Amino acid sequence: MAAILTAGTPAPDFTLHVTPDQTLSLSELRGKPVILAFYPADWSPVCGDQMGLYNEILPEFHKYGAQLLGVSVDGVWCHEAFAKDRRYHFPLLADFEPKGAVAQAYGAYRKQEGVSERALFVLDKNGVIAWSYISPVAVNPGADGILQALEDLPK
Amino acid sequence: MTTLKIPVRPEDHAQGDENAVCTLVEYGDYQCPHCGRAYPIVKRIQKHFGKRLRFVFRNFPLNEIHPQAESAAETAEFAGTHGKFWEMHDRLFENQTRFSPMLFEELAQEMKLDPADLLDALTKGEYRAHVRSDFMGGARSGVNGTPTFFINGQRHDGPFDYEDLVEAIEGRLAAA
Repeated sequence: MAAILTAGTPAPDFTLHVTPDQTLSLSELRGKPVILAFYPADWSPVCGDQMGLYNEILPEFHKYGAQLLGVSVDGVWCHEAFAKDRRYHFPLLADFEPKGAVAQAYGAYRKQEGVSERALFVLDKNGVIAWSYISPVAVNPGADGILQALEDLPK
Repeated sequence: MTTLKIPVRPEDHAQGDENAVCTLVEYGDYQCPHCGRAYPIVKRIQKHFGKRLRFVFRNFPLNEIHPQAESAAETAEFAGTHGKFWEMHDRLFENQTRFSPMLFEELAQEMKLDPADLLDALTKGEYRAHVRSDFMGGARSGVNGTPTFFINGQRHDGPFDYEDLVEAIEGRLAAA
């Protein structure tokens, strides 16, 4: 597994497509906590997969004022179809061109497979990494770590 | 290792001896096909371990993908207040592919519960907070999909076929 960026590191800024005609920059979200959830690919075949789980827990994340961003190397059209199919209520960012560049900046890219790791980052309102976690690719890490990290953020 | 954050309490729905050496907790969703598949497996597990095992079911409805899961969970809780939780739990899993508001009322009727009371409870969301509290306790404990099992408080990762669960429980019993 890659060595991901750890707590205390300023989160590298990025600008990625969030829909075919819209981009989102991390710096736009300064002022509130951000959850960055890198995952290998859209269309994983299980019920209640990682993003699906976060989608269900979203209201809880919002209680902390946190914004959840899913990130994978899939393209915008793929993300759009996936998010619509699964009824996701949070943005999926396309780390598509140059492929995996953002995942690489966070130390969360699997070069051999060409996909990102299952890596989680909770950023504080100043854009500094407060918590990070890398999970074996086959293991859905759940949401307990994120919830704890949000709770531990200085109020 | 991921552990259960909310210990088993008297208000939980539990089957089996409360002093059993092993407690199996399932976080499940009545509309989830994988939970449906786990349902008869858990029955066999209970039979196999008998008095040595206590089984607890908690709600983890994935409402975005399973639009009837919440109502099903609330229906089971409603039955629970009339002492018929497990009967409803079983009937829901056995009828998983036929979910509709009418089916829930039908099941209530069959169990001699008042369908009008059920409808009223569902409309008012009488059990919504309870179901949500189960859900959040699960999220806090690292439930990462449905079903998620905890064996004596430790999350069981990997497959949940009969043999897998027997082996995992035997492992816990040996450690106890």
